[in-house]
Amino acid sequence: MKQGTLFKYLLRLGDTALINTQRLSEWTGHGPFLEEDLALTNIALDNLGRANALLNYAGTVEGKGRTEDDLAFHRDERDFYNILLVELPNGDYANTLTKQFLLSAYEEILYRKLSTSADPVLAGIAKKSVKELTYHVRHTSSWLKRFGNGTDESRAKAQTSLNELWRYTGELFEQNDVDAELIQKNIATELHTIKSEWEKVVLEAITECGLEVPSNAFMQRGSREGKHTEHLGFMLAEMQFLPRAYPDAKW
Amino acid sequence: MDTQGSLWEVFVQKKTGQPFVHCGSLHAFDKEMALQNARDLYARRGEGNALWVVLASEIVASTPEDIGAFFDPSNDKVYRHPTFYEVPDGIKHI
Repeated sequence: MKQGTLFKYLLRLGDTALINTQRLSEWTGHGPFLEEDLALTNIALDNLGRANALLNYAGTVEGKGRTEDDLAFHRDERDFYNILLVELPNGDYANTLTKQFLLSAYEEILYRKLSTSADPVLAGIAKKSVKELTYHVRHTSSWLKRFGNGTDESRAKAQTSLNELWRYTGELFEQNDVDAELIQKNIATELHTIKSEWEKVVLEAITECGLEVPSNAFMQRGSREGKHTEHLGFMLAEMQFLPRAYPDAKW
Repeated sequence: MDTQGSLWEVFVQKKTGQPFVHCGSLHAFDKEMALQNARDLYARRGEGNALWVVLASEIVASTPEDIGAFFDPSNDKVYRHPTFYEVPDGIKHI
């Protein structure tokens, strides 16, 4: 296996979870009501656990002695491989939940397939994640139903979010030579098969909510090469400030 | 205008077969949301395996005025209490 292939793949998974956590955490204390504030931050914590496990394993696989903290706090934008969808701003609650639904539906299928990965550590992390993600899909899709079948205002907001976010969903299924090599070794999974399953789940949910699937064919991309939207830089500046400003600090 | 939803009482069951115990309350607009919120609020630290949520308005409760009529008569009648049987060692959850 080429040097760094599995490392890059794990970074893609771990960074996505990490950046998603960072974005969701912005809702702490600002949720529409107490129970929902806790629900969203609980989802963020689930993803933090997954990010921790994946980045920890990535550091081991890399073999240069980097821990999950080194990887999270001491890398620059161009070295992050998270998908673009998770770095987008939260916007209003409909936007956050629509974004989370599109992501969770994808990750639930992805990690279910990865539970049978030939890599035992990755399979173990995946098995645990599926239980959490099943709940994330349930929670976000029931909110999408409420937005779509609620008032004209809520439906309009959910539809606007869907229209804006759709162009970031193409990237979820992009495969490159990292995938090709790992798929051959049964470590990673085919993203084309996941795409059709995801489309079915999402289409069913969207139409049940009285919403429409956006029709634009243009898909935004770039994260596979470390090219990100303008938002990631600001997020990392905030997230990495303390460890970089006080490198010897200990909890 | 109430924008919190209805009040629900939450009960959690530690292990299958054991009684459900009251652990708190929450606000929600419907059954599905109430159950999900109960999971997020009261199942965070391994409290148990099952949850019940009940609309607080559905609960029928005794009042403090009832204490005399409901509970006093049995308090001073020792023959009503099953305290003369010694439970053998090792028997749990009778």
